[in-house]
Amino acid sequence: MEVKTASFEKTSADTSMTVSGAEAVIKCLLEEGVETIYGYPGGAIMPVYDELYKYQDKIHHVLTRHEQGATHAAQGYARVSGKVGVAIATSGPGATNLVTGIADAQIDSTPLVCITGQVGSHLLGSDAFQETDIVGISTPITKWNYQVTKAEEIPEVIAKAFYIAKSGRPGPVLVDITKDAQFASLEFNYKKCSGIRSYKPNPEVNLVEVEQAAEAINSAKKPMIVFGQGVILGGAEELFKEFVEKTGIPAAWTILGLSALPTKHPLNVGMVGMHGNYGPNVLTNECDVLIAIGMRFDDRVTGNLDHYAKQAKVVHLEIDPAEINKNVYADFPVLGNVKETLKVLMELVQPNSHKEWHNRFKELYKTEYEKVISGNLDVNKPDLGMAEVIQQININTKGNAVIVSDVGQHQMAACRYSDFTQTRSNVTSGGLGTMGFALPAAIGAKMGSPNREVVAIIGDGGYQMTIQELGTIFQTKVPVKIVVLNNGFLGMVRQWQQLFFDRRYASTEMTNPDFVTIAKGYHIEANRVTDRSQLKDAVKTMIDHNGPYFLEVKVEQEENVFPMVPTGASVSDIILE
Amino acid sequence: MEKKNFTVSIYTENNLGLLSRIAAIFLKRHINIESITASPSEVPEVMRFIIVVEVTEEQIKKIVGQIEKQIEVIKAFYHTAEEMIYQETALYKIKSSEFLDDLNVQAFIKATNARIVTVTPKFFVIEKTGKRSEVDELYETLKPYGLMQFVRSGTIAVTKNEMPITGILEKFNTTNSIS
Repeated sequence: MEVKTASFEKTSADTSMTVSGAEAVIKCLLEEGVETIYGYPGGAIMPVYDELYKYQDKIHHVLTRHEQGATHAAQGYARVSGKVGVAIATSGPGATNLVTGIADAQIDSTPLVCITGQVGSHLLGSDAFQETDIVGISTPITKWNYQVTKAEEIPEVIAKAFYIAKSGRPGPVLVDITKDAQFASLEFNYKKCSGIRSYKPNPEVNLVEVEQAAEAINSAKKPMIVFGQGVILGGAEELFKEFVEKTGIPAAWTILGLSALPTKHPLNVGMVGMHGNYGPNVLTNECDVLIAIGMRFDDRVTGNLDHYAKQAKVVHLEIDPAEINKNVYADFPVLGNVKETLKVLMELVQPNSHKEWHNRFKELYKTEYEKVISGNLDVNKPDLGMAEVIQQININTKGNAVIVSDVGQHQMAACRYSDFTQTRSNVTSGGLGTMGFALPAAIGAKMGSPNREVVAIIGDGGYQMTIQELGTIFQTKVPVKIVVLNNGFLGMVRQWQQLFFDRRYASTEMTNPDFVTIAKGYHIEANRVTDRSQLKDAVKTMIDHNGPYFLEVKVEQEENVFPMVPTGASVSDIILE
Repeated sequence: MEKKNFTVSIYTENNLGLLSRIAAIFLKRHINIESITASPSEVPEVMRFIIVVEVTEEQIKKIVGQIEKQIEVIKAFYHTAEEMIYQETALYKIKSSEFLDDLNVQAFIKATNARIVTVTPKFFVIEKTGKRSEVDELYETLKPYGLMQFVRSGTIAVTKNEMPITGILEKFNTTNSIS
């Protein structure tokens, strides 16, 4: 008897029919409710594209200009919608071009299903044209991957792929399908996957753990919350807000936790980590109980671990058991989906206000305002600052936009200064720090939330890494707003060179093309701001424009991002200037 | 924290690619695998890997966490040498000419519980199963006779305590309607 290692939902009627493997792929996607996919055709995936042609009224395929763009677009789509993003590519270079996006999705827990074509199974291992071992290559950067060599495996494997990608701590999955499996026929009968015996996506809530955590929280005099993307991925935003309000505990966010709690919420005390806010960084080393919710203590968050919150008892609410005690020891680990654990915890915590303690955050914010923020927003300094641009975007979008940022100085400005009123509004490459992420991710974000304004904020360096996706925007007419903050430098690297390498600006100065002309070449409306006096109107025109729009803003060349926790320093040794 | 030998026992689905997925976890952390074996386990269709590494207990805890996180890993355990009953097997190929003349041979083969597997006019093959130290000891004894080949298996081990795999799998079967 065959051993069943996974369970599948029962289908009500026998709807079985004979189809090709390629058609089965499309039918699987439709069964999973997929409407939009991103990809690029090529030899080994042609049978699937042939079926896409037949199903084009049911499934929207977006032709990106590079497979990396397909993965980032799928990520953007997934991050705003909460659905699984889908990217398709051919074998060999098509598949390897997916690698950066897959790695990004893995470290930022984004649900993706990537489908790659593969050479015929009789050619596997023969170094055939466009053959590459993508299953081997993607193993360390996928939650799961699988090579299909027989058509009849397709429904079950894709059902498992979707289940794995979206359940528990989400992540990317890759399914590699040989060309002969796409051509061969099978009896198609789709059943969604409902469980895999070796995989426990949602640890059961342990009441004792929650009670102990509640006790620690209730007895705390100076508690502090650090929340991450787990709040968003668990769909626990409302519950989390209630928890914060009931306990009166100041709450700080990691870069991926941003937008889970409105920016202007009185208990939102800003960002932790390397370029985070002064208060939460300094007070991490003063709090008596640190409540980490759906976050993983990345080194950009903790700085030097030997001097991180050593005085505090740590409560850690987390879905992934491997994250408990990985970087920071948890005195009170609470395993489970935060939506479930917070629900129980809510009942056990006592109402409080922690007024005096909260005032400490306010005092330190005042210091940061005087030393950093006021300067960043100062309209009398000679050159335009990045924060001024973000502020204008806030004014015009009223904090309702999805902000997609790339990687570098502008990313820190976007995250520090953007105003968010809704969840799933901050799309950025946090863990991997992938330059070139934002332009394609913005395409996916707009398609995943068509009724929301989507503004991509990108540096002049990262923009040129995936600039070809302007072609995708032109072809699909997806109305994204693109802002390039151009300082003529790879700014973050230049800042480090200035501070730690004695101003030796090795290969960080950029001779840039005429970005406005390039955008216009793709028939995208475009404008350039070279002076502060043009900014207000230019941003308004961009936001009001009905269609895609490109805005280049020339900003100060050598602006630095502060506050900053230098590498190897403790978070409380954060510098303001 | 002090480094010592840990034996990691991993129960997995029988799936292509899982070996490299598990090996990658060690590779990523720059940890050398001392020995690795894979074989069917006591549960039908379930594989068991046994990996020996020299690390600190803090490291092994994290590694086991990362291993268990893999979708097709059912359960992973780590144990110290004291918590396991373990054996290795080694084969020693020796020139017959050197060997036959020595009268001590019979005696020390008997004493070490080794076994002669094959005798040909040209060579002998001796097999020894036991602890690493015993295998090494025999290696040293035989070295003067001119070892033509030597090979040692990975550690195989069973734990003194129970590893409740069947229970985990049964729980899945009863809570999920397997169709």
